[in-house]
Amino acid sequence: MGKRVVFRSAWLPYALLAPQIAVTVIFFFWPAAQALYYSFQLQDAFGLHTEFIGLRNFSDLLHDPYYLESFKVTALFSALVAGSGLAIALLLAVMADRVVRGALAYKTLLIWPYGVAPVIAGVLWAFLFAPSVGIVSWVLRQTGYDWNWVIKGDQALLLVVIAAVWNQISYNFLFFLAGLQSIPKSLIEAAAIDGAGPARRFWTIVLPLLSPTLFFLLVVNIVYAFFNTFGVIDATTQGGPSQATQILVYKVYYDGVKAGDLGGSSAQSVLLMIIVIALTAVQFRFVERKVQY
Amino acid sequence: MVENRPLLTFFSHAILILGVAVVAFPLYVTFIASTHTLEEILTVPMPLLPGDHFLSNYAQVLAAGSTRGSAAPVGAMMANSLIVALCIAVGKISISILSAFAIVYFRFPFRNFFFWMIFITLMLPVEVRIIPTFKVVSDLKMLDSYVGLTLPLIASATATFLFRQFFLTIPDELAEAARIDGAGPLRFFKDVVLPLSTTNMAALFVILFIYGWNQYLWPLLITTNESMYTSVIGIKRMIVGGDSATEWNLVMATAMLALAPPALVVVLMQKWFVKGLVETEK
Amino acid sequence: MRLKTLIAVLAAGLFSANAQAQTEIQWWHSMTGALGDKLGEIASGFNASQKDYKILPVFKGTYPESMTAAIAAFRAGNAPTILQVFEVGTATMMAAKGAVKPVYQVMKDAGEPFDPSAYLPAVAGYYTNSKGEMLSFPFNSSTVLYYINKDAFRKAGLDPAKAPKTWKELIAAAEKLKSAGQACVYTTGWPSWMHIENLAAWHNIPIGTKENGIGGLDTQFTINSPLHVRHLAMLGDLAKKGLFTYAGRTNQAEAKFYSGECAMMTSSAGAQANIRRNAKFDWSVNFIPYHDDVKGAPQNSIIGGASLWVMSGKSAETYKGVAKFFAYLSKPAIQMDWHIATGYVPITMAAYEVTRKSGYYEKVPGADMAVKQLTNKPPTANSKGLRFGNFVQGREVIEEEMESVFAGKKDAKTALDDALRRGNEILRKFEAANKG
Repeated sequence: MGKRVVFRSAWLPYALLAPQIAVTVIFFFWPAAQALYYSFQLQDAFGLHTEFIGLRNFSDLLHDPYYLESFKVTALFSALVAGSGLAIALLLAVMADRVVRGALAYKTLLIWPYGVAPVIAGVLWAFLFAPSVGIVSWVLRQTGYDWNWVIKGDQALLLVVIAAVWNQISYNFLFFLAGLQSIPKSLIEAAAIDGAGPARRFWTIVLPLLSPTLFFLLVVNIVYAFFNTFGVIDATTQGGPSQATQILVYKVYYDGVKAGDLGGSSAQSVLLMIIVIALTAVQFRFVERKVQY
Repeated sequence: MVENRPLLTFFSHAILILGVAVVAFPLYVTFIASTHTLEEILTVPMPLLPGDHFLSNYAQVLAAGSTRGSAAPVGAMMANSLIVALCIAVGKISISILSAFAIVYFRFPFRNFFFWMIFITLMLPVEVRIIPTFKVVSDLKMLDSYVGLTLPLIASATATFLFRQFFLTIPDELAEAARIDGAGPLRFFKDVVLPLSTTNMAALFVILFIYGWNQYLWPLLITTNESMYTSVIGIKRMIVGGDSATEWNLVMATAMLALAPPALVVVLMQKWFVKGLVETEK
Repeated sequence: MRLKTLIAVLAAGLFSANAQAQTEIQWWHSMTGALGDKLGEIASGFNASQKDYKILPVFKGTYPESMTAAIAAFRAGNAPTILQVFEVGTATMMAAKGAVKPVYQVMKDAGEPFDPSAYLPAVAGYYTNSKGEMLSFPFNSSTVLYYINKDAFRKAGLDPAKAPKTWKELIAAAEKLKSAGQACVYTTGWPSWMHIENLAAWHNIPIGTKENGIGGLDTQFTINSPLHVRHLAMLGDLAKKGLFTYAGRTNQAEAKFYSGECAMMTSSAGAQANIRRNAKFDWSVNFIPYHDDVKGAPQNSIIGGASLWVMSGKSAETYKGVAKFFAYLSKPAIQMDWHIATGYVPITMAAYEVTRKSGYYEKVPGADMAVKQLTNKPPTANSKGLRFGNFVQGREVIEEEMESVFAGKKDAKTALDDALRRGNEILRKFEAANKG
């Protein structure tokens, strides 16, 4: 790959690259290296004493049942968000692909939530589900259901899942719609002529052809659930009750900022980095074959 | 749609309308809540029709924030959000297009190395380097500043890759012609590449503006001065804890103000938005 | 001749300009709304009363955010001079010997009179070291109190003038309120502060070794004492019966009380201002309940709130200004003003006396309940206060375990044993990191 026609200059390419590389080194690599460094240290909040303790922060983490619980919560949370987000968006996309009238209106009305920041999505849904004043809580109470996510961990998890899914539906919907619209009509027509009904056509033709999009969205949704949902959690449950919604990225923030545990937070950061690298590797290896060099 | 199945068509519309309703429901309730007084909201169930305090609530938050929580004026916060969003969008596009140009149109030692350096940043979202990045910014005395809010966020691999992919589709003949005409690389960039890239730049601008406006974790960490809050942070700071102690009507008014610009950008610039989204991921 | 005069005049002008160069003193705090306004007023008052120093108050977010920002600023070499730190951050600040300048030192160096015994014992005890030297300046202290909805009591056939004094009485009242149709009968704010820390102090038992941590970094929690287990089990039982509604870890319960939803509540003394403003019913504030079968109860409660710490590395002139400011803050008139406006306790006995003489407590009944409870009896080693490293994390751990009990997921003994184990790990980590 690479252009056949290139320019030659001793200094220009470096100058052009300099801004990006500079920012990358100062604000990405240097902090990442520091995270690695601090993860091996025991330090007090003010940085007055530092002690090298090797891998002890890591072993403490991996032996801490609550950290392991956080892994489980994050995994469960991601599965729920990705699963429901994809299913609902697929349904809406298939329906939107079918209708002729009002297609643009539907599309517009379904994609605007993409512009809503995750934290605001969290605030909106927290308001709807607020134990005392929320309108949805009130409806639930009328039906006799005891809604109190402040004490019931499962309900708290449900709340953040709903907020996160709501935020992400637009994104999934758009990609599914684009994917559906790129399926050649001739294939569908041929199958219809052969007598296949809409349901049969969906399962045997549409879904298989949609699978690259599906897989791509799956990875993106998981990454989203892992990282971009920080705002949702911070606006609603802050990891509670009893750590029921303590996802990994929130724990890094909490331990580092609120609890002042620099070593532990850095160790968690390092572990998270490993996870991101793995997920990104998967994304690029199997989904985006464009990065050949 | 191939054959005419009225039942299925009806069903499709029903699902879509239901979807739109569910998606719009929180926004509707938020808007309603922002037009009432706090007492009206606190009497459950809250009214589901607009109240008559639209102007007073919005005037209150724009000028002076909430009365029990943060008193930072939301108007100032929105200005901050605008500045941050614009700086991030423009900054990211500028440095990425330059880097992509360098990588595609030049042969030089360490080209591979720089390429991979940029690529690796994909694996280091700010969430995994929260505290150390905060420390770096603090050491550089960039806390509570626009520079601190935007500079660490403008190195992006996705924008660089987008431009790189696009540049690879620019016909070689154009570059050849420029060379024959004796134009240097910068002339080529200015006269040929840049004009060709405008659609991509527009699409990216939409995506990045929304990204910049909606930044939460990073501004949360580095702004402690109320005058530097962005609108998205301001909302969180108004929620002082305790269901009814929070002035929900003002919080909701602020939420409406904070989500309106990016949502409007999505809707009004739909074409660019969709293109930008699809292009940056493929 | 004239030139000399000119030079003399200029020189005089130059010198007086120098003398008027003010030393600016940055003060980072976390007071919002009306509290923040009052704080600003006090700072302005000090600034107007003299010309040499200028206090610049800066709101820096919530207590944890402000502390994080200050720590980062310290590491970067530009910390504020005065920092308001909440009580759970006391151990962290005290252990940071190179980063802070103890208040008694500041006052001594500046030659300002400073007498720890002028302060309420429960307040001074929290912020002094084992030698009796005050390390930080108490500023806003509150304690936990017990509020009842008198109208609800009347409706349930209970005597509204006789607020329950013991837990047994509270449970009896709760049951009556429930059968009279009250949906939520008892709730609490600040669960750990009320039901673990103050439970211990109020009943004169320790919650940690070494005088609740005041005596040394090698302290261990004792939060799984028989009384704690019994008390938490009682709360869990009440939760199951619908007689106790958990509202959250901070002050979420207060809104439930003044909206009329919950008839009884234990929460901070600082809730009174909001309750006064919002409650549309008759209410009273009282001492927190105790278990009458525990000898020595009721003892005294411990404080919450924050104090002012002075950061190191500033000039001697700056510290002089700080000392003058603290002396100003200690004036009874200023104290009384702060106390009345905010609901925080007056931190000196003199201020308490002045407020009492002004007749304020007759005008506003219940406003002195906090001081009375704090001074109920002279503090013992168990009720002076507490000092645990990383107690922000520690309290969250305790509250997580409490939530498991309220949700019916764990029994009280297991929960407190787990809290003990996890809490002690945090303490050991703090000890190791601050040994030097």
